[in-house]
Amino acid sequence: MRLFRHQLRWEQRLFWRSRESAVFVFLFPILLFALLTAVYNGHIDGRPAAWGLLAGMIGYGAANTAFAGLAITLVSRREIGILKRIRATPLPPAVYLTAVLISIMIVFAIQVASLFALGRLLKSTPWPTHLLSLVVALALGAAAFAALGLAITGFIRSLEGSSAVLNVIVLPMAFLTGSFGPTRHYPQVLRAIGAVLPLKYLLELIKGIYLHGQQFWDKPLAIAVLGGWGLFGMAVALRTFRWEPREG
Amino acid sequence: MSAISVRDLRKSYGTYEALRGISFEIKEGEVFGLLGPNGAGKTTTIEILEGYRTRDDGDVEVLGFDPERAGSAFRERIGVVLQQSQLWPNLTVAETHRMFAGYYEQPRNVDEVITLVGLDEKRDARVKTLSGGQKRRLDLGVALVGNPDLVFLDEPTTGFDLDEAEQLADRLAVLREGVIIREGTPAELTGGSNETEIRYRKDGHDVVVRTTEPTKILHKLAAEALAEGRELQGLSVRRPTLEDVYLSLTAEHQE
Repeated sequence: MRLFRHQLRWEQRLFWRSRESAVFVFLFPILLFALLTAVYNGHIDGRPAAWGLLAGMIGYGAANTAFAGLAITLVSRREIGILKRIRATPLPPAVYLTAVLISIMIVFAIQVASLFALGRLLKSTPWPTHLLSLVVALALGAAAFAALGLAITGFIRSLEGSSAVLNVIVLPMAFLTGSFGPTRHYPQVLRAIGAVLPLKYLLELIKGIYLHGQQFWDKPLAIAVLGGWGLFGMAVALRTFRWEPREG
Repeated sequence: MSAISVRDLRKSYGTYEALRGISFEIKEGEVFGLLGPNGAGKTTTIEILEGYRTRDDGDVEVLGFDPERAGSAFRERIGVVLQQSQLWPNLTVAETHRMFAGYYEQPRNVDEVITLVGLDEKRDARVKTLSGGQKRRLDLGVALVGNPDLVFLDEPTTGFDLDEAEQLADRLAVLREGVIIREGTPAELTGGSNETEIRYRKDGHDVVVRTTEPTKILHKLAAEALAEGRELQGLSVRRPTLEDVYLSLTAEHQE
């Protein structure tokens, strides 16, 4: 526990100290939200557009932070030998990875709070009513994306390519699943692709809770699909996660 | 008592035999140097001792532990400088030390370690602003901050000078193609080769003679020169340095 707290404190310092992570991981979804709400007015699905965009941006934030941000952090540490170096210390690997995961969850939580505050400020969006349901849904979503983030590190060979690869996954996923606006008018094919992606189900949960006053348990299918993606990510991560840089 | 004991250690990567049964002992308090050309198996050996790699065969004991199965108790007692690794560019020298110190139950005083590795003036500098040499000293500081009983240094200096090995190490082993071909104190290694090198200039050309009978050869050369009434210009007689021994061992390798 002492080691966990120690590592968590340093993970937070490392995150906020790095301009890349603070801007691209933390700030980017917030800036995107400010931009989109300035462009979209009127109503989406019977609610003011800003409400839906807020829900969409929280979902995008989960993917961008817990999946892409985590994966980039771990790939860069692996490739410059920090993960390997850590393995030579008494810090148990499980404690280390847990601290890294919880740290990125904390970043995501601050991001969500900032999005709500900004929405309130710019467009008078309401605070969430079913707070506990929302917290549970976001924790599930972030955990599933974190598991997928761990899994994908095994397939990214170099630091140089990592942010490109991850953006090629995250941005289209966010677009196809409705982070940036409704997908109703999308062609059938694109909607079919979106329908298998985890972000779609996290967005369903968030929108159900935030926009339609539902509880976490009102969307069992979404919970099951997200949980399934999370378990799949975990299973792959256990097989492919590496602590050492590529040879040579 | 032995700090490290290795017996008939073997390791293959696929069909490539990286280590073909090496054995050595390192006593407590001893500085031991493992030398050898690229691909000789040095890093494989050191990483097996550190617990990063598993072995195929043989016995290995480090501080009484089998590194392959050892956990935190073993890692409390070792310090590691990896061949190629960097640390967090955005942390300062002191922060990096403090972060690593927190992993150990009884770390050394951070300021003391920073002084020890000569980074006092860079205490609050970000790691990314350090020179290459300063970064290596930071690696060393981080390896020492846990107050280890044993430190592993994998190629601790860039362009490592063999004369340094001669000065620093109590004992050396030369590894070639996964086999230890020579082992002993630096004096034994250089003395083990009984060749002496004689150099002089004749008619504007350098003449080099390597011989196991320097007295006889020198006597003959001197007699010739005296008879012809000329000087043995630029005469030097020297024992081989560690570098000479090492190079001759590696040269055999290329034949």
